[in-house]
Order: sequence, then C-alpha cells, then structure tokens
Amino acid sequence: MTKVTMTINGKSVAGDVGGNTLLSSFLRDDLRLTGTHIGCDTSQCGACVVHVNGRPVKSCTMFAAEAEGAEVSTIEGQANADGSLNVIQQAFQDHHGLQCGFCTPGMVMTAAALLKENPKPTVTEVREHLEGNICRCTGYHNIVKAIMAASGQDVSAIAAE
Amino acid sequence: MYAFDIERPATIGEAVSALTGEAMVLSGGQTLIPTLKSRLADPGKLVSLSGIGEMKGIGLSGRDLQIGGGTVHADVAADGSYKALSELASNIGDPAVRSRGTIGGSIANNDPAACYPAAALASGAIIVTNTREIAADDYFQGMFETALNEGEIVTAVKFPIPDAANYQKFVQPASRFALVGVFVAKYADGVRVAVTGASNEGVHRWTAAEEALTANFSVSALEGLSVSADNLISDLHGSPEYRAHLIKVMTGRAVTAAS
Ligand SMILES: Cc1cc2nc3c(=O)[nH]c(=O)nc-3n(C[C@H](O)[C@H](O)[C@H](O)COP(=O)(O)OP(=O)(O)OC[C@H]3O[C@@H](n4cnc5c(N)ncnc54)[C@H](O)[C@@H]3O)c2cc1C
Ligand code: FES
Ligand code: FES
Repeated sequence: MTKVTMTINGKSVAGDVGGNTLLSSFLRDDLRLTGTHIGCDTSQCGACVVHVNGRPVKSCTMFAAEAEGAEVSTIEGQANADGSLNVIQQAFQDHHGLQCGFCTPGMVMTAAALLKENPKPTVTEVREHLEGNICRCTGYHNIVKAIMAASGQDVSAIAAE
Repeated sequence: MYAFDIERPATIGEAVSALTGEAMVLSGGQTLIPTLKSRLADPGKLVSLSGIGEMKGIGLSGRDLQIGGGTVHADVAADGSYKALSELASNIGDPAVRSRGTIGGSIANNDPAACYPAAALASGAIIVTNTREIAADDYFQGMFETALNEGEIVTAVKFPIPDAANYQKFVQPASRFALVGVFVAKYADGVRVAVTGASNEGVHRWTAAEEALTANFSVSALEGLSVSADNLISDLHGSPEYRAHLIKVMTGRAVTAAS
C-alpha cells in the first residue's frame, strides 16, 4: 500500500492504494464518487474521463498512485457553487444531449477540456475531440449541438441529421 | 491485474537502479495498463517515469529538436517547431490518450501500427537512452522489437527538422491506430519515406520511393512504382494487397501536402 494525497474538486484527499489501484477505482470505490462511470475499462469509451492537472484523462487507464499531488476534477465538481447545472451540463439538458446518461459524465468532462482550450470550436473540432467518447444512445448529433451551444454559438442551423 | 508496487523516482539514475528483476518501466500507461489488465505481464514492480523532470520537455537547438522521452503527445502536438511531427502527435488516439501517452513509451513499444516510429525513421532521428545514442535505422528491428537492452530507458528522441515533411495516416477506425501511415521527410541530402501499420516487419523505409522522390519531389515521381504485398499484414481490416495500394496512395498524399 502507498499513501497518496491529491486535490479532488478543490478538496484535499488522502488514501492508501495498492500499486495496481486505478484512479477510477480510487474515485468510485474508496471515495464513493460514483459519477465517474466505467463503461469498458479498456480505454475505449471515455465514460471515465476526469481532469488531472487540467487535462482530460481516462481514469481507468491511470494508476491512483500516479495522481500523487495532482489536481483532479470529476463530474461531481462541475455544478455551479449554488448547485445549479453549469453551462455545459445545462446545454446537455436543453439540447437532449443525453438519453440513458451513462456516457454523459465523460462527455461533459471531455467537452469542458475542449472549451477551456478552444472556446469557440467548429462542429468538426467538437466531433474530433469526442473521438474517444462513445455514446450508445444519442447518435452524437445532440451532444455536438449541446457543446456548440455551451460555447455560446448559434446552433439553430445545426439540424439533427 | 496481478499485484505490484509502483515506485516513482525523481531522476533517470534512480529509475535505472530501481529497475531490477522483473520490474518494468511505466510511462503514460496507455499501452502498458491494458496489457496489465489482460494479465499479459506480471512485473512485480513498476518504475514510473512520470515524476522525472529531466525526461520532459522539448528543446530546439538550430535545426535539431530534442524531445524528452517522458513528454506527452499533447505537448508535442502543441509545440509546432516541427510541424509535421506536431500534426502527427495531434492525431494519435484521442485527447485523453494524448494527455498521458508519451513519445518514449511509443518508441519503446514499437507497435507495428504506431505513428511516432514512422516519424523517427523518416526523420533519421536519434534515440537517446540512459547509456547511448542509437540511429533510428538501427533502432527499429521489427514488430515490437527494438535495439533496447533489458532495463534500458529511452530518455529522449532527437529529430533533425527537414525542409519539408508530412504524415498521412489512414485511420483504422476501431483502434484509431494507423491501418497504413506514411511519413515523408525531405532533407538537403535526400528524401526519406517510412511506412507504419502495413508490414509484418513493423515500421520500414520504402527505398524505391525515396530514390524517385529525391530525384523529383512530386507525386508524378511515384507513378511507375508499385509496392509488393509480400509480408504485409493481413487482418480483418485489410488484405496485404489493400495495404500495398494504400502505401502508394498515402505516400502521394504526403508528398502533395508537404510540397
Ligand atoms: C485508445 C488508444 C488509441 C491509441 N491510438 C494511437 C495511435 O493512433 N497512434 C499511436 O502511435 N499510438 C496510439 N496509441 C498508443 C499510445 O500512443 C501510447 O501512449 C503509446 O504507444 C505508449 O506510450 P505510453 O507512454 O503510454 O507507454 P506505456 O504504456 O507506459 O509503456 C509501453 C511500453 O514501453 C515501455 N516503456 C515506456 N516508456 C519507456 C521508456 N522511456 N524507455 C523504455 N521503455 C519504456 C513500458 O515498459 C511498456 O512496455 C493509442 C492508445 C490508446 C489507448
Ligand atoms: S471506462 Fe475508461 S475508457 Fe471506458
Ligand atoms: S446517453 Fe446513453 S450512452 Fe450516451
């Protein structure tokens, strides 16, 4: 067991982890932050995306011990301070960017990483950025639309194809 | 996964001394963690490179770009001093893979469909390890095979920046690796062409195209050439003949994009 300390959604957290403990299991099993989902556990689906030091990371493909000293943010830290949905989350709701919601935590975290780096992306850039996020329900169009709307761009011309 | 410990040394020296017995190097983990999950390795101990500051970062001196082995794909993508290389890095996998995966891990692993080996071979790069410098031509030795010895660490890769270059990747959409990828680099003393994704021998040079393009750097120089399907990869994504065809098409596109 190794002792790890990291900041998660602004709060300092410590725990004992085995060498093979994944960041996803540290979050979900030890800290009960179950908003981060495990869809595949094989680096394909992106449901488990969190931010580590500001960058999107598949938490099923990083060891908890590697996050020593890191700033981690998860879906639980995304809402506004008063508990209302943030701009991206609200846009997913407004534009029906989710159906079952399983992929949504990873989609929102990946979108947040994109908009931080590129505040006004094109539709193509949004689609490219979602390369590692799989959704089995929506067919993606409304997810793309929600992210475009969250970036403050007019989405009236983006039809559901 | 089998049980193992993780050590996080702060220097290359400490990492080398920690690599004893069955211990394995962990870099970005984007290849190694899936391998460990499938129980294809039982290392007992992982020696992580992620805390080694001297292995991260990108330095330009004259026309030589040196990239630390622990530098993640996202940082190479953002750099831009060797445009074709940054473009290649920006198309590896997806954003989350690029946040963690490193150039040293990719070069050490030498997956037959990986992107960086094509860039290193086409650029005549130097692979720098904790003990020596190895020319790319001697370094890549077949599928997943390299000149690295047990416990040797890729600490940096040095790229001479070409006059013109481009990488064309025909994406295998399920894995996001290259079904066929071709890197073309034009230097004052000649053109180099490296092919990934296609061969049972791993990354390799296409010397006939190099000669033709050195004489005349244009797509028309490729017209008379054909690629043999012998020893090319056959899988459900493509036959050897299909890959042979793609090598020529991708080379042509790379030449067009570079010139
Ligand atoms: C979904 C997905 C898509 C991907 N798509 C692509 C793609 O399109 N193109 C592409 O090229 N790659 C792709 N990859 C692979 C990715 O680029 C990996 O990051 C890379 O191949 C391995 O680098 P790593 O830092 O993650 O190494 P690790 O997984 O940590 O290590 C890989 C191997 O190399 C050894 N090793 C690592 N670093 C060193 C070193 N410095 N010296 C000596 N040995 C070392 C390890 O012991 C291990 O055996 C993809 C991966 C995933 C999960
Ligand atoms: S659960 Fe991590 S990528 Fe699918
Ligand atoms: S909403 Fe069901 S998987 Fe995306």
